[in-house]
Amino acid sequence: MLDSCVRPDPERLLRQVQAEEEFERRGRLKIFLGYSAGVGKSFRMLDEGRRRRERGEDVIVGATQLVTPPEVEAVLEKLEVIPLKTVQGSRVMDIDAILRRRPQVCLVDGLAYDNPPGSRHAKRWQDVEELLAAGICVIASVNLQYIEERREQVEKITGRTFTESVPLSFINTADEIEIVDAPPEMCLEHAGDGADGAGASPSRQRQLSELREVALLLAADVVDRQLEVYLKRNGIDQLWGAQERILVYVTPDLNGAAMIQSGQRNSDRFHGELFVIHLNDPGLTTEERATLEDNLAVARQLGAQIEPLDGEDPIESIMQFARARGITQIFVGHSTRERWWDRLWGSDLDRLIRQAEGIDVRIFPH
Amino acid sequence: MDEPTSPRPRGKLKVYLGYAAGVGKTYRMLDEGQQLKRDGVDVVVGYFEPHGRKDTIIKAQGLETVPRRKLEYRGATFEEMDSEAVLRRRPQVCLVDEFAHTNVPGSERAKRWQDVQVLLEGGIDVVTTVNVQHLESLNDQVWRASGIRVRETIPDWVIKQADEVVMFDLPPEALLNRLRRGAVYAPERAGQALQNFFKESTLVVLRELALRQTAHEVDMRQVVEEAPEPSPSAQPASPAAPLVREGQPDRILIYITADPLTAVLIRRGKRVADYLQADCFALAVRPDSELDTAPPAEREAIDKHLNFARSLHIETRVLQGDRAAEVLVEFARLHEVTQIFLARPPKRSGLSLLGRDLVQQVVRLARDMQVTIVADRHPDRVAR
Repeated sequence: MLDSCVRPDPERLLRQVQAEEEFERRGRLKIFLGYSAGVGKSFRMLDEGRRRRERGEDVIVGATQLVTPPEVEAVLEKLEVIPLKTVQGSRVMDIDAILRRRPQVCLVDGLAYDNPPGSRHAKRWQDVEELLAAGICVIASVNLQYIEERREQVEKITGRTFTESVPLSFINTADEIEIVDAPPEMCLEHAGDGADGAGASPSRQRQLSELREVALLLAADVVDRQLEVYLKRNGIDQLWGAQERILVYVTPDLNGAAMIQSGQRNSDRFHGELFVIHLNDPGLTTEERATLEDNLAVARQLGAQIEPLDGEDPIESIMQFARARGITQIFVGHSTRERWWDRLWGSDLDRLIRQAEGIDVRIFPH
Repeated sequence: MDEPTSPRPRGKLKVYLGYAAGVGKTYRMLDEGQQLKRDGVDVVVGYFEPHGRKDTIIKAQGLETVPRRKLEYRGATFEEMDSEAVLRRRPQVCLVDEFAHTNVPGSERAKRWQDVQVLLEGGIDVVTTVNVQHLESLNDQVWRASGIRVRETIPDWVIKQADEVVMFDLPPEALLNRLRRGAVYAPERAGQALQNFFKESTLVVLRELALRQTAHEVDMRQVVEEAPEPSPSAQPASPAAPLVREGQPDRILIYITADPLTAVLIRRGKRVADYLQADCFALAVRPDSELDTAPPAEREAIDKHLNFARSLHIETRVLQGDRAAEVLVEFARLHEVTQIFLARPPKRSGLSLLGRDLVQQVVRLARDMQVTIVADRHPDRVAR
């Protein structure tokens, strides 16, 4: 019934072909993401390198961690390693040696290193970009605390500051991301974190558990983006992902703030997204406009995505927006109900419920 | 030496959560078994499904396996985990593959997760594997994403009881490669699988669900650490128990009817309640007995839905009254409900007025609470 396919126009097709050619030339990037040292990222990454080598791929190790635990050492022995070089006392990846060697696959353990001043690139992840552009596939590992956009959150949890970082936009260019999950105890054992071995403090356990949650959700967001890209590439407009997306429809009404706060709480609990929409209605009185502005100020403060909608028919506009954004819950408020309510049933609220077939509709009280 | 009756504390449960067959959960579980054995832990395999996968079979070598129980059903022989034999063997740790498996009729218990409960009660630690699509509360979402109705489900509270939930991740592309290489299923099955569950878009959605579910499980365990609950009473409260408890901001009431959409409603209501950490109960309203002209099929459907709600650990009540909306809202107010969950009104058709009426009445009466009309998550309703 609904349009699920978009007729491709020639411009778009051309762009698609160019993008695909570029995609073919470029090396593929895979990232192993861990939430803390000791989850076993390095091992998983190098072990994949070993398996690929056994399947006949030309795999080399471009960068290792400075300290390697014995099980990692054992895998490293089975792989060809291009040693790090020393520049101004820092150990850096020897990108020229790798480019000369031209392997199919290069393993980079630890993405988030700064190169010393005067290097070709300031950051190791930029070295990796160059390898990818040269058509070399890269498998890399990174820890949550080094992801720029999560740094503040991680610092709040751990109380430690980290200077080196990789931008999330780079992580998002990865063709594949794989999260290495493990119970916190495992990190404590392996990371030498509680070097005495005899269990870390409850607060350290709790920190690890929080970091773990952040990492899982980060991976979920990256996966969600990939799904969007995939659906777009395949001409599918509507998406029903795994993410809860809450849409709050605000009107010039005093209860709007409560509804927005509830939307925020719900989207927090679900780790979802919150959208607040309102109609562009030139017919509002000054007073109504002021109340609406107050409500939107609350939404802004809570970091909701706010969108004004145009259109004659509010229900039509809400539903269009909801379908396009994969909304899973619509919150409507009481003034809406009030106004609709005085009309006969079968009017706006009824239509909304009827049209929102795949979406929960939550009606808020007086 | 032999002290089979000495009591042990309840065993610990660890769940490896994946999003599809072939991601490597079983391998990971067996690997953990090997590690435990090296550490001198007494570990056995209670059940493991090799699916003819070479890597996995090699990983199981050297681990003690408790022989399976053979059962005849309709002229065929089936093999199930022999829980009683595992209990007699009394290992420290038992590895149990495919947590959501349904046992063949004639087995001691209907579900493998129930067998696992018995092992845990016997003081045996269990490491098990399950895919996210088997979670009851995700059943409709999975249906919508994949077009597949998963029949083998596991109530969410069973996972909630686990001491540890660990995600086992693998990018879909790598999984699809494995499938094509024949490392997951035999070739003829692999082709079929690629058509169904293993569509890339489905896998991506399932993977995201698994990541979010694991994050939620991690989150829940943090909250429990902060404020230990008095007792995670597994049984639904007796009818006399008070429904009102203090200190809980959200209270969700699910309205149970004979409508087939009620199952979707129950799953969704419970899921929202779990995420909001809200109390959740369900209510059915029967007409006053002398006037009860409801067809038996309808009564059976209501009973079925009540049982389903109870199986998910939702407290249920049945009240009498001819004006269902009034009874429902009055009950909600009495029990300080903040949110009433209703099924979508039936489609516009001759008899549908009744259902639409109910939504209308509840919305009008319950002006002091929120009313949620739950989506029909049928895949056909959705543009794909």
